[in-house]
Amino acid sequence: MTETTIGSNNKVPSSLTQVGITMKYTLLDYIRSRRFYIMLTIAIVISAILTFVVGYYRPESFLATDLSFYSGWWGNIATYVIVLSGIFFGGDAISGEFQNKTGYFGIPNPIRRSSIYIGKWLSALIASTVILVVFAAITVGNGLYYFPSVPSEFGLSLLFAWFYLIAVLGFTFFFSSLFKSSSMSIIVTAILFLFAFNIIQLFVANFAQIEPWFMLSYGAQIIGNILTVPYPQHQVVTTFGLGGESGAGLGGISMTTFNAQIPVGLAIIGIYFIVTAILGLVLFERKEFTG
Amino acid sequence: MPSIEASNLSKKYGSFTAVSNLNLKIEGTKCVGFLGPNGAGKTTTLKMFTDLIRPSSGEALINGVNVHKQKKKALESVGTLIEMPEIYPALTPREALTMIAEIRGVPKAERKRRVEEAVSEVRMGEWIDKRVSKFSKGMKQRICVASAILSDPRVILLDEPTMGLDPRGMSEVRDIIKSLKNKKRLIFMSSHLLSEVSDVCDEVAIIDHGKLIVYDTLFNVTAKVSGGENVVEIGLRNTVDVELVNKIAEKLPYIVKAEKSDGTTFRIEFSGGLDIQERILTDLVKMKIGIVSYRPSSSALEGAYLSLIKNTL
Repeated sequence: MTETTIGSNNKVPSSLTQVGITMKYTLLDYIRSRRFYIMLTIAIVISAILTFVVGYYRPESFLATDLSFYSGWWGNIATYVIVLSGIFFGGDAISGEFQNKTGYFGIPNPIRRSSIYIGKWLSALIASTVILVVFAAITVGNGLYYFPSVPSEFGLSLLFAWFYLIAVLGFTFFFSSLFKSSSMSIIVTAILFLFAFNIIQLFVANFAQIEPWFMLSYGAQIIGNILTVPYPQHQVVTTFGLGGESGAGLGGISMTTFNAQIPVGLAIIGIYFIVTAILGLVLFERKEFTG
Repeated sequence: MPSIEASNLSKKYGSFTAVSNLNLKIEGTKCVGFLGPNGAGKTTTLKMFTDLIRPSSGEALINGVNVHKQKKKALESVGTLIEMPEIYPALTPREALTMIAEIRGVPKAERKRRVEEAVSEVRMGEWIDKRVSKFSKGMKQRICVASAILSDPRVILLDEPTMGLDPRGMSEVRDIIKSLKNKKRLIFMSSHLLSEVSDVCDEVAIIDHGKLIVYDTLFNVTAKVSGGENVVEIGLRNTVDVELVNKIAEKLPYIVKAEKSDGTTFRIEFSGGLDIQERILTDLVKMKIGIVSYRPSSSALEGAYLSLIKNTL
């Protein structure tokens, strides 16, 4: 990471500085782009709908305690806001360099590809964090209208949500490096996060009765679970059937639900980020601008 | 002395060989045209010199530094324009070029001036603070040309730099390249426009099927193919008089043939190299016939090109 002096008085900056340069200008591009305002609008519209529903119908499940309010509002929706931000800002971040040919402008310069990758990732993180903070601010604003204070668990949940955002962006950047087509990388990432992961998690837990510790969406449960007191049990078996509540032995159906505990959830999020970040970086380093 | 060198450079895609053991060393300050038919391997070669693709084997060296082992050092004084790059659409030319200037380490005190000068050189001054998303292809290409010259590089790699430009834009880019030549730069440019190459370049490298066919001065290449004869085109201020052309052919012994081309130009075919070419010019100037231009004939290069490419089929 040393500076290199050349013939004229130009001095190629260190790779770390170049990460900052890439981040600054990519962020400028993001902040001015239509997609940023669309994502911001989505976050505001979701908040507006919740504000109206809670204010008008006053549901008991939301207004029983301050924790139930934050659990119902933030715990249920934050992960979707994060996933949408990840798709919006990371879905084509790298594939766009190939398909839109912006890579031809930046890469043939004295800069490592890793500096471009990390710079773009950081700018996507900042843009997504802005969206998450706006959603969190509206949540807190509504919470303070109904309850006098913000529970400390919400602070932890917010932190977990930010960790999840980091992992989601690691994952979306990895998928974006995998494809050369922007639309393909966006569609595949959206399908995985919005449908496939949830379905796989449901099937694995209920039919195979295996803890889905290998699913990022499972790790993300800690965002909502921390807002539940007492913290949900690791494994819950619910039986539905003919013989009343227990139903066991009378042809009833058992449903197994796993709840990620905090250390497990953090480990899943951390490992997903590290593995996908490394894979994405290696892919981008090796990928060629052909065609 | 700036240099670029391909050493046993190859690129394979499965069983298809795009570039095959290319050995080419270009040194000094000059402009070298890189010619070849579609799919010959020109762009692939330039991409290997700019980290856009990796060689299957061999080395791409700039100023003696391997591009794929020490990219930052190899490209520190290189300006590039490969294919038709896109710029982040929400940025303005000022921002996009400032980003490149920062990456290339242009001192902060000089950045603003250099960006404005580069934009002005490509005649985009009035668009400097407008967003790129509003630009036509030709306008974006001009900004990319500005990006290539922005940091005052010693080596400039250009892949069909006038592609997508209108005739005026093409002429302006050619003028920029000529001015860079005067600033002692090494320019390596691919082009399909033989007239452009003969107008701008001192030397040519011709590649076909991924293999180097010839690398020599423009005159030597055309001379080799035409059996030792070269052709220059002379432009006069006034209409060319056929009698005058015949008189020149009789008077200057080393001229093989002289003929009128069109209204104000005529062609001279001669035997020999640059010395003879210089003598012809000196003699013609002495004759005070009103010369306004004197350059190697693009049709001669075309003839040489077609002959060399045909030989490889």
